[in-house]
Amino acid sequence: MDQFLSEAQRQARDGFRAFVDEYVMPVADEHDRQQATPPELIERMAKMGYLGGIVPAQYGGGGMDALTWGLLCEEVGRGSASLLSLLTVHGMVCQALIKWGTDAQRQRWLPLLATGERIGAFALTEPNVGSDAASIESTATAEGENWRIDGRKRWISFGQAANLLLVIAKVEGKAAAFLVERGTEGFSTEPITGMLGFRAAMLADVFLDGCRVPGDHLVGRVGFGFSHVAGAALDHGRFCVAWGCLGLARGALEASLAYTSERKQFGAPLKNHQLIQELVADMITQVGAARALCRQAAALKQAGDPALIMETSIAKYFTSRVAVKAASDAVQIHGANGCSDRYPVQRYLRDAKIMEIIEGSNQMQQIIIAKHGYHAFRFNKQATRGEGA
Amino acid sequence: MDAASAKAKVGQFVSEYLSNAEVDPELDLFASGMVNSLFAMQLVLFVEKDFGIAVANEDLDYQNFRSIAAICDFVGRKLGFATAAA
Repeated sequence: MDQFLSEAQRQARDGFRAFVDEYVMPVADEHDRQQATPPELIERMAKMGYLGGIVPAQYGGGGMDALTWGLLCEEVGRGSASLLSLLTVHGMVCQALIKWGTDAQRQRWLPLLATGERIGAFALTEPNVGSDAASIESTATAEGENWRIDGRKRWISFGQAANLLLVIAKVEGKAAAFLVERGTEGFSTEPITGMLGFRAAMLADVFLDGCRVPGDHLVGRVGFGFSHVAGAALDHGRFCVAWGCLGLARGALEASLAYTSERKQFGAPLKNHQLIQELVADMITQVGAARALCRQAAALKQAGDPALIMETSIAKYFTSRVAVKAASDAVQIHGANGCSDRYPVQRYLRDAKIMEIIEGSNQMQQIIIAKHGYHAFRFNKQATRGEGA
Repeated sequence: MDAASAKAKVGQFVSEYLSNAEVDPELDLFASGMVNSLFAMQLVLFVEKDFGIAVANEDLDYQNFRSIAAICDFVGRKLGFATAAA
């Protein structure tokens, strides 16, 4: 029983959990080895309505509230971080259009994204530009009624599978966001393999060579592509990653609980050994704390509260660290078994490390969070002085 | 909601973000380098939540958000009151 969830949310969560147990957990390690997510699984996710979870019902989506969406990310993250990244980047394109698309853009693209006829991906990072995202080198030039886009994007999750990418490029030095369809002349992708984690996330290099898109593929306005359009997408991405990390940490915990209940050493199950209990106790506690931060972010997101930006950043930072610690301890508990691909915990550990890097590295989150802390400290101090005067 | 209370609300939000600094209502917040891209999204959420208005694609104009006075003017236009005298 979870007193924080409504009956509808509980039912939704149970459905997500059953789906992941049946269709994701049994194949996640194999997909990791193959470095691919088969289209059938993507189609199944679409059919379940998961891809369009955040899309309003009027556009054919699920119209999920923020907490229900978080629960979906948690369960999928428990099964496969690679599959979570599909929900993340597809959702980022949906979110950008929901918030900043024109009526015509929403009418045209959201129903296609909701059904999975279009798979979205978010193309911001470049070979020379990671954390310093405002310094992107890709350009867009107005040519009559079209835009010509030139540049290269790297580490694009589901870039191999996506057929509708939200590309951030600069127009005369000002950032702008564009929808680019696969099949557009000058657009091509190349798979990236050999990654530490997210091996089934279909990463790709994206090449934009004189890629021409119609004028109405501009999302938002020129000058607002990074701060507002990418900003909305990235905030949503951090929300997905935070909840996904919670799921990953839970997966590591549940694997450890199962393993230590069965495995015997020194004539007793591992769970009877106190140093194992220490590791498990810390996992349980940290998963609980991570859940609290994720729920806080969900409540703020649902309310549209400005604090959601910072609290989501805090949740992403904390949960990704919890995911790494829990996965690392799970491998430790599993011993040599945990280092083999017979158990999922090694995949959890590799994927967890990626979580500390994506959607704003944890160092970037720390800078933002600390700065916010000093702001709040000074403001509260001065406000208190004001009250006492 | 009237112009004076809108101005007070916006001023407090910006001041809070800038550690309670006193901010000239005409100061260009983005050109000043005092705010970052996260502030831009927080500002949108603030305007939407506290004034109950939707900020949409067509509102993405630098002139609507560049200063406290500009934000108040934008809110005033959305809610149908003048802010020039406030």
